[in-house]
Amino acid sequence: MSILEIKGVSKRFGGLKALDDVNISVAENAVHAIIGPNGAGKSTLLNCLVGKLIPDTGSVTFQGQSLLGIKPHQINQMGVSRVFQTPEIFGDLSVWENVLIPLFARRDGAFRMHAFETIANEADICDKAEQMLIDVNMQDKMHMHAASLSRGDKRRLEMAMCLSQEPKLLLLDEPTAGMARADTNNTIDLLKEIQASRNITMAIIEHDMHVVFSLAERVTVMAQGTPLVEDTPDNIKGHPKVQEAYLGGH
Amino acid sequence: MLGLGKKDIALFMIVALLTLLAPFILNPFPEGSELAQFNAGYPDLMQRFVIFGIFAIGFNILFGLTGYLSFGHAAFLGVGSYAAIWMMKLLTMNVIPAIIMAVIVAGLFSVLVGYISLRRSGIYFAILTLAFAQMSYALAYSVLTPITGGETGLQPKVSDPRLFDGALAEGATPQANLFGLDMGASYEMAVGNWLFTFNAGYYVAAAVMLASFYVAIRIFRSPFGIMLRAVKSNQQRMNYTGLNSKPYTLAAFVISGMYAGLAGGLMVAMDTQVGPERMFWTASGEVVLMTILGGAGTLIGPVLGAGMIKYMENIVSKINSDILHTWFAFLPDGLEDVLVAMVYPFVGKGWHLTLGIVFMLVVIFLPGGLVEGGQRIMNLFRRKKRAGDDSTPAPKSHPAE
Ligand SMILES: Nc1ncnc2c1ncn2[C@@H]1O[C@H](COP(=O)(O)OP(=O)(O)OP(=O)(O)O)[C@@H](O)[C@H]1O
Ligand SMILES: [Mg+2]
Repeated sequence: MSILEIKGVSKRFGGLKALDDVNISVAENAVHAIIGPNGAGKSTLLNCLVGKLIPDTGSVTFQGQSLLGIKPHQINQMGVSRVFQTPEIFGDLSVWENVLIPLFARRDGAFRMHAFETIANEADICDKAEQMLIDVNMQDKMHMHAASLSRGDKRRLEMAMCLSQEPKLLLLDEPTAGMARADTNNTIDLLKEIQASRNITMAIIEHDMHVVFSLAERVTVMAQGTPLVEDTPDNIKGHPKVQEAYLGGH
Repeated sequence: MLGLGKKDIALFMIVALLTLLAPFILNPFPEGSELAQFNAGYPDLMQRFVIFGIFAIGFNILFGLTGYLSFGHAAFLGVGSYAAIWMMKLLTMNVIPAIIMAVIVAGLFSVLVGYISLRRSGIYFAILTLAFAQMSYALAYSVLTPITGGETGLQPKVSDPRLFDGALAEGATPQANLFGLDMGASYEMAVGNWLFTFNAGYYVAAAVMLASFYVAIRIFRSPFGIMLRAVKSNQQRMNYTGLNSKPYTLAAFVISGMYAGLAGGLMVAMDTQVGPERMFWTASGEVVLMTILGGAGTLIGPVLGAGMIKYMENIVSKINSDILHTWFAFLPDGLEDVLVAMVYPFVGKGWHLTLGIVFMLVVIFLPGGLVEGGQRIMNLFRRKKRAGDDSTPAPKSHPAE
């Protein structure tokens, strides 16, 4: 069964066709990778899923519900979290507070006037936040300003923030870019483990084939705004169209 | 204790102690001495310290936490003042209904202004709030004269209905009071050459200020406070995390509007008159200066900023050329005149010049305001103490301290 259904989605920026009749169906509990050369429209596609952009044509449905015209915070509350290509974190806040916020958002909804509660009294949320930081191996950095983290750490923090919400669908835009090899491997392990234990569907954009082949069950190859092929990782490896897109695309 | 952390309790206790002992602390110089003019321990000024402290504490909840710079908060102060004076005219000279109504009316008005202004951010938001405030100011002067008294403003009159108060004694004027305690009542204590004044109004205002300060600490440390700082830090991330930043910002706006109304109500409680000039844009600008000068986003900064600006406004502005001449009298005549001529533009009516320079210096060298200055000095001492052991850089302190 598919949890996310993208049908006939197109998006133009002026004269540029960033997305051209994209059809992708992501199966529930699967890890679905989207690969393709720079400028293929991968991030634009994610933008159309989370309410940042509205496609010119086509439909996007999540669990049978249309996502078009729905505000970003509402889409998140439906169970869709996104890790951005350039880390989007709360730079002025501590790492600890960064993980608290998504947990409060998940428990309390889009707005709550909890002006007279103290964080120390929220044992549940504090425990979860702590566990999440341990999971991404950042517990020793919890008091640091998020802005002062390395690029790789910022990504891991953002991932922790999204994972802590236990989304149904997690969208990852190049989650390991800028990470050291060891951190990349840790991230793969973390995603595998969480995916297995919590039944999270993942759509992952990635240039690092090692990551793609370690995680994904399905791979869609995009070029110039259109999906070229969709198949299992093994079949994708030797596919002539893929070679062509990657080599011909540059 | 009381839902505060250890550090916050310490901070609160210090502020409480300083506030209670202010009549002593602000009057360090003996009466009649040359330095007595620097004494700030007289009721009128002490009341201003705490009232503008409240105004700035509230403003900081909006500006310091969410980063939304309102340039029209004096409107809420003014509206609060008008609401308060009407309570005194219609119901009673007891300050409680006046203060409560000031908060309510300012809160309602800020819902309206906030709802509209918060459709934009950054400079457009600032302009919208400024426009609202100037509009209120102009209306108070003109069309709304029947409720605002126009240019002359409003004050309680003997002929006002005052439903809850009995008739005044012959020839008596209505006095603001707290269940009979006259806000103007003062107890004077002479110790040697020193004279200390304990004013009822000041202590009422101070108690309200401490309560407001306590509420502000709670807000800063609450999940709600974190959300407000998240608004300032990254609204995009906030929205993609499932949070609607709009109601958070509006709530902060309304809370700060209510603080402004509270300050406006207290002003009336201390000095029972209102005029529209209270809402002029310079008054809105002043609270911005106070907050930035003291340290936006810090707990105690706005209070320090308010104190500093009110001190300069009231004390530095009093220094005239005669006083300067007596200060520099020990110098040879020519030199004395030169020095007086050099210093004169910065004091008396020129106190704004001094304020401007201080403000520029703080913004350029201490972007975190006076609080950052204090922290740097503390760090210097700490580093000296630790001299010898490998000087690890002082840990970056909590942003909202
Ligand atoms: N907001 C926008 N306005 C105008 N053009 C845009 C916008 N967003 C993306 N584009 C253009 O659309 C095309 C697709 O961009 P997109 O970011 O989706 O590519 P991508 O596949 O994510 O590439 P990369 O691997 O480099 O991240 C690019 O040519 C890009 O310049
Ligand atoms: Mg991209």
